[in-house]
Amino acid sequence: MAIDKGTVEQVAHLARIELGPGELEKLSRQLHDILGFIDKLSVLNIAMVEPASHILPISNVLREDEVRTCLTVDQALENAPSKNGNFFSVPKVIE
Amino acid sequence: MELNQLTAHELLDKLRSKQVASGQILDSLYARIEAVEPKVKAYARFKPGNTQANGLAGLLPVTVKDNICTEGLNTECCSKILCGFRPPYDATVISKLKKSGNAIFPLKANMDEFAFGSSTENSSFGPTHNPWNLECVPGGSSGGSAAAVASDEAIWALGSDTGGSIRQPASFCGVVGLKPTYGRVSRFGLIAFASSLDQIGPITKDVEDAAILARIISGYDPNDSTSVNQDLPDYTDSLGKDIKGVKIGIPKEYFIEGLDPEVKLVIEEAIKKLESLGAVSKQVSLPHTQYAVPVYYIVATAEASSNLARFDGVQYGYRAKSDSLIQMYKKTRAEGFGEEAKRRIILGTFALSHGYYDAYYLRALKVRTLIKNDFDAVFKDFDCIITPTSPTPAFKIGEKTADPLQMYLSDIYTISVNLAGIPAISIPCGFSKSGLPIGLQIMAKPFNEGMLFRLAHAFEQSTQWHKVKPRL
Repeated sequence: MAIDKGTVEQVAHLARIELGPGELEKLSRQLHDILGFIDKLSVLNIAMVEPASHILPISNVLREDEVRTCLTVDQALENAPSKNGNFFSVPKVIE
Repeated sequence: MELNQLTAHELLDKLRSKQVASGQILDSLYARIEAVEPKVKAYARFKPGNTQANGLAGLLPVTVKDNICTEGLNTECCSKILCGFRPPYDATVISKLKKSGNAIFPLKANMDEFAFGSSTENSSFGPTHNPWNLECVPGGSSGGSAAAVASDEAIWALGSDTGGSIRQPASFCGVVGLKPTYGRVSRFGLIAFASSLDQIGPITKDVEDAAILARIISGYDPNDSTSVNQDLPDYTDSLGKDIKGVKIGIPKEYFIEGLDPEVKLVIEEAIKKLESLGAVSKQVSLPHTQYAVPVYYIVATAEASSNLARFDGVQYGYRAKSDSLIQMYKKTRAEGFGEEAKRRIILGTFALSHGYYDAYYLRALKVRTLIKNDFDAVFKDFDCIITPTSPTPAFKIGEKTADPLQMYLSDIYTISVNLAGIPAISIPCGFSKSGLPIGLQIMAKPFNEGMLFRLAHAFEQSTQWHKVKPRL
């Protein structure tokens, strides 16, 4: 399956990464090569195979719904590039 | 021998018998770092003259990779997007080390940004150099940890391994590196790359140190839902045991075109050595080996694209200036991530996106099952599997940076282990004619790290490759 520049541009938007024109060109070429290599998986017959999202025989790991110690608000905010009171501060979202 | 050249277990003996004090060990480490770090560049954020011993609490300092959270100590994954990040908490492995009386070395080890790479060239702090040949890469992504241990700038170290990132640099630098079983070591506080593959493990000067350090960091942790509550043996019990009758499988798919003839020869010698110690070996087949790299670069990038969504300039690290929120995200991520990180996030987003999910991601998960089944079949009849750790010794800095696919293929022998979730160790087993170390990889059944240590220790004690040091 080929990947064209338009698809890369769309995916980069979904991933919230701005690409310069040179970057888009180069990345499209590289991803095309990488996906060409990955396409060798299509020769395998996998109709009856179960997917393995991970290898441990465990699922739905739950814990008691109890209050535990966690980071304080100050600790959670101490690395923020911008904050205001008890909040992370970001550029205006609603026009 | 200087103190910094000794292994951790040798130093622990000297500390316990009060022949040395921990301050002396630190002094010798700092002297070594001042002398060789400008050439090796194993540490992120190192500044000459800034290494005065400052009375660390604890016995032996452990060097930690830059993606493992250390409270109050910069943890940046060697990425601009996390510049200045000081975690408000310790990773579980760090708490365990502190509890066991060890100290966290204040300099963190260099790495490929977010562990994306096989050469430590993708670091925002520049590449680390291989102590055996400064023109070569140390491997990656835990190249800083491996180079620091090999150059005696560290006593022992922690790395992380998603597709070989502990074992391949250990092999390139002539040291020991262990990837524990998936679920054995808590990843709480490890900045996630691919959550179904990541494991933290030791990089050390010999097998005994790896056994000691692995024991300290392993065990159940309710803070990691993939952590397994299973008996944790004392791995040092596996040391010094004979290996008579141990059944070794040699997978034919690992001894094909692309394997450097020098590496092949050294590995064959190593297998003969193990046989002379009483092990029995037989050729086996892991038929889906050739699909491991393509499966990995879908699964790992898909998980990475999701895990790295959190780096958006809001909670920590770098933020680009912009008036609109979405532009702030896009610019922050454009300026904060390096080239390989962007490539992997976009590839992973593609594999998960509408219209491509079944063709790429779901297909890769199914082939992953086939790869795991291959191992299950072999382990019905064999105790372990032996292969080269890497098809070649260390390559030159810059040699593979222009072609990401060639770089990905350098992990061809290590990736299957992560996909199958099994444990594996790399130990030094010889040198190329040009004097570069070669690593032997041993794989075992899930939660059977003891078998790895038993075999690795028997080999090490009868060969002494681990005693050879690079001249710097």
